[in-house]
Amino acid sequence: MTWRVFLTLASHWRRHAGQFATLLAGLALAVGLWTSVQAINAEARASYDTASAALGGAGAQRYQAADGATIPLATYAALRRAGWAASPVVEGELAVDARTYAVTGIDSLTAPGSGGDLGGGLGGGLGGDGSGGDNGDGALALAFLTAPGVILAAPETASALQGAAGLPRVETSAQVAPGVLLTDIAAAQRLLGMEGRLSAILIDPARQGLVPLSQLVPGLVQAGGSGDVARLTNSFHLNLTAFGFLSFAVGLFIVYAAIGLAFEQRRASLRTLRALGAPLRSVILALVAEALLLALTAGLAGVALGYGVASALLPDVAATLRGLYGAELGGALSVRPGWIVSGLAIAVIGALGATAQSVRRAAAMGLLASAQPRAWARASTRRLGLQAGAGAALIAVGLITPNFADGIVAGFILLGGLLLGAALLLAPALSLILAGLQRSVSGAAADWFLADTRQQLPSLALALMALMLALAANLGVGTMVGSFRATFTGWLDQRLAAEVYVTAGDEAQAAQLRVFLEAEADAVLPIWDTERDLLGAPGNIFGVADHATYRDNWPLLTALPGAWDALAAGEGVMVNEQLWRRERLRLGELFPVPGGPDLQIVAVYSDYGNPKGQIMVGLDLLTGLYPDVSRLRYAVRTQQPDALMAAILARFELPRAGLVDQQSIKQFSLSVFERTFAVTGALNVLTLGVAAFAMFASLTTLATMRLPQLAPVWALGMTRRTLAQLELARAAALAALTFAAALPTGLALAWALLAVVNVEAFGWRLPVHVFPLDWLRLFGLALLAGLLAAALPARRLALRPPHAFLAVFAQER
Amino acid sequence: MMIRMVIALASLLCSTPALAPAFAQGFAGLGTQADGFAVPEREPDFQFPQDHLAHPEYRIEWWYLTANLSGEDGREYGVQWTLFRTALAPQDGEGFASPQLWMGHAGLTTPERHFYAERLARGGVGQAGVEGDPFTAYIDEWEMRSTASAGDALDALSLYARGDAFSYRLDLEAQGPLVFHGEDGFSVKSAAGQASYYYSQPFYQVEGVLELAGGPVAVTGNAWLDREWSSQPLSEDQRGWDWVSLGFDDGDKLMAFQLRQEDGSVYTSASWIEPDGTLTAVPDGALEMTPLQTAEVAGRDIPTRWRIVLADRDLDVEIAALNDQSWMATRFSYWEGPVAITGSHAGRGYLEMTGY
Repeated sequence: MTWRVFLTLASHWRRHAGQFATLLAGLALAVGLWTSVQAINAEARASYDTASAALGGAGAQRYQAADGATIPLATYAALRRAGWAASPVVEGELAVDARTYAVTGIDSLTAPGSGGDLGGGLGGGLGGDGSGGDNGDGALALAFLTAPGVILAAPETASALQGAAGLPRVETSAQVAPGVLLTDIAAAQRLLGMEGRLSAILIDPARQGLVPLSQLVPGLVQAGGSGDVARLTNSFHLNLTAFGFLSFAVGLFIVYAAIGLAFEQRRASLRTLRALGAPLRSVILALVAEALLLALTAGLAGVALGYGVASALLPDVAATLRGLYGAELGGALSVRPGWIVSGLAIAVIGALGATAQSVRRAAAMGLLASAQPRAWARASTRRLGLQAGAGAALIAVGLITPNFADGIVAGFILLGGLLLGAALLLAPALSLILAGLQRSVSGAAADWFLADTRQQLPSLALALMALMLALAANLGVGTMVGSFRATFTGWLDQRLAAEVYVTAGDEAQAAQLRVFLEAEADAVLPIWDTERDLLGAPGNIFGVADHATYRDNWPLLTALPGAWDALAAGEGVMVNEQLWRRERLRLGELFPVPGGPDLQIVAVYSDYGNPKGQIMVGLDLLTGLYPDVSRLRYAVRTQQPDALMAAILARFELPRAGLVDQQSIKQFSLSVFERTFAVTGALNVLTLGVAAFAMFASLTTLATMRLPQLAPVWALGMTRRTLAQLELARAAALAALTFAAALPTGLALAWALLAVVNVEAFGWRLPVHVFPLDWLRLFGLALLAGLLAAALPARRLALRPPHAFLAVFAQER
Repeated sequence: MMIRMVIALASLLCSTPALAPAFAQGFAGLGTQADGFAVPEREPDFQFPQDHLAHPEYRIEWWYLTANLSGEDGREYGVQWTLFRTALAPQDGEGFASPQLWMGHAGLTTPERHFYAERLARGGVGQAGVEGDPFTAYIDEWEMRSTASAGDALDALSLYARGDAFSYRLDLEAQGPLVFHGEDGFSVKSAAGQASYYYSQPFYQVEGVLELAGGPVAVTGNAWLDREWSSQPLSEDQRGWDWVSLGFDDGDKLMAFQLRQEDGSVYTSASWIEPDGTLTAVPDGALEMTPLQTAEVAGRDIPTRWRIVLADRDLDVEIAALNDQSWMATRFSYWEGPVAITGSHAGRGYLEMTGY
């Protein structure tokens, strides 16, 4: 019996192939979106693990000279001879045709990933596969090692370098970040004039039973660089995770809506089946079986679709990850059970959830109940009230949670509460607005239009919720990304106010440099710092010269009046945001400067990307308290940076790495950020597309069911054309209203991401920047989505033959 | 600090092409042309201790030591310590610009396990090389250092190497003179005339300690050091070799090898060494090496039992591996392990097989 009921129900789809296709496509799209985000996430995490195994766990740490100078070759030899797994690095800036490139020289015999003893996960570790390798890259590997060497560069960098004189042969490699020239260490030393010297040494500090590093190479300190990079990486992951979360919500809504509609469309068949004596149990079983079958079929298609989307996006993700920490993301996406299962799971959960409701309705349906699809079902005030209450409660829970719980989970509960709460509030809010409008308009047509729109709300609600979530996600993530970029750019501009940064090789050279620069440049500002424990944790103390560069540019979050004067006079300290938040410090409070006096905290400054605590004191105080502080680095203000840099290079035997112009630093860091967010942008557009499709599916289905409601209006004299135009207007109006609801939701989302999640994750807060032009663009997109979704149903309505309308009256049941 | 972060970003290390392919022509690149490199010539005039050191104008060179050892309980062990030098160009150089590359291989074989380790280094930076006064061949913390107070630098050595799961420290004392293979150290490797300079110190007595997972093991035994350098020891059609160094209980020793050619024929060479160091070179064709049994090692069939016949010396012995799986799964891989000798003569030795 169940089988026959199943066949009967399924036969509906044979007669409505278009509906069936829409249903499957909607489900598949939702699953596809979710799957693609999961696949990218899984891939990114896997490569992150590989990279940290190679660069951390296994695990090379970066060591630099404590005084910021270069490292003699003998130090490297001493490390290796003592049994430490170590690999040398040479770095510097190289100007080619008025552009500056970052040169990185490595020793391919010992570098992590080369299969040497720093091997980690990338190169197969000690011993390799022993097969002798294939011959494919043999010539390149050999040329890399042999003078004059080979430069590996990203394709765009390589083409910019074409025809440049004085460089070794350039080969393109997708594995190198843009703007970086990766080459053999000997070639790098030649290019940078650093023969016999190293910039850094990668060491695996976990090796046991050797002469301790502190004894063997006391001049080397572990650099914080990798930690900074890890922060950025985490930020990227957070982006993806948040997106995965949003796409999950959107996907679930769409699946739920699609299955719910499928039930409504077959109300008549169900009534007939029950009237013919089909037992309720069989009907329920058939409905569940059908839902599962649909979910699995569409789920599989969706997983395949997601795979396609993820593969298409992967190059961008790969470039981002490479840019962030040199992790190698293979060109091909690997199929991982995790995201396949989760893709199918979302389809099944959504389908079963929706079926549960259908089953409840089927069970409650009287044998002689109306066989009409309940497209016009008027939502009861009570139900809307309940929904609004639930939505408000969810938002409240989300808002309250961060007050009681710490950590990233609280942040995500906040996000979830905001999103779901706002989604639940949508239908009641729209209903209220429409009711309000209805009261204020006069005229039968307008009144009917608004009442009819209200009546459609329950059926359209899920599609509209999906649209709202997509719009809110778009707004939220867009605002977050924009704020991040704006803050970061501004911060770079402020922090890197000086035109040139120079690091001397030793104290004597530093003194000569200072004399030279004081004559040639507008101002020479020492950048001197020392590492000390601040309130019990490792941190840095910087000395700041009393100069307008700082007063005018340094971004202070909050400050007492006369803060810079107090700092210059040695009467106050400024603390960075991380330390301020972590230790819950207050302005005006006394801060114990290590080895010195307790000084008043006069200001808090932003210090993005830095995990450690940091304070700034007056320069005189710094040199007074810590006479041994390294005095090698200077920021230089000048009107002619290029000329000055050339003059410095001509006069001083300076490693090129010791001279950095501000433009190239900015350019490089911004290009990394742009790539990070390219992926987010693509996913945003996809989400919106899927939501628009959900709306289209709902409207198409409704169009056939709503004929009985439209026929009387037609009979009263409204033309089919006018009816169709009203349909379009309705869709546009609903999209506009949904956008109106999405705007505050999206901004709240952005606020939650920036002010709560980011603080929980990284210890610093990003100021929210708003971008009204983006809103306008998005509003346009929302209208377009609504109109496109309604276009086909409206056209069909306009062309529907009059006898179809008449038939409604003839077949009145 | 942001500046540091940005510089850290700029300095990202990418995975680099492994060195392996650079060595992948023929076996270990030994079959390639000798452009610009010096070529061994007849009637060598060795000067010691200088010739114990590196010869950068030649393409390849090695310091190759193998030892047959026994624990106090009679358990057998084999130890290998090798330093290879490969030149990308026939000169030395300062710093990383030096075209000399160094590779260390260490092996430790027990009847059940075979441990190995590999190190790579650039010349010119003090990470690896061979120095005189005292003679020291080293790569990273591994070293072969002369402890001789008089006589030849190689008369007494201390040896150290370490891998992830093993290490050893041995003291070696030579009981006889250096011996020179082929024509006074000019060793021909093919009918076409490819040759190398080749001498050995086969008379070491060894004492030392092996560090294994179970703790230290005191060992004694014998060792054999090979010194060889050339620029093109294999001809184009030679694919690998089977080499043995055998020490018989009566004090005689045999170094023998066959080079396998593509057409299935072999080029053979051997040296019969008497206890006083008298060496008799055995010409091509006189030695017969016949595989008796193969074992599956690293996915290939490798002969681990051989019959070796040298009619001139009434020698007809079988050699059998202490451990069939003595596979050096290094960047270019080969079989190297201790063997037991039975038949007309008894004793112990080392077997090396390449190109399988």
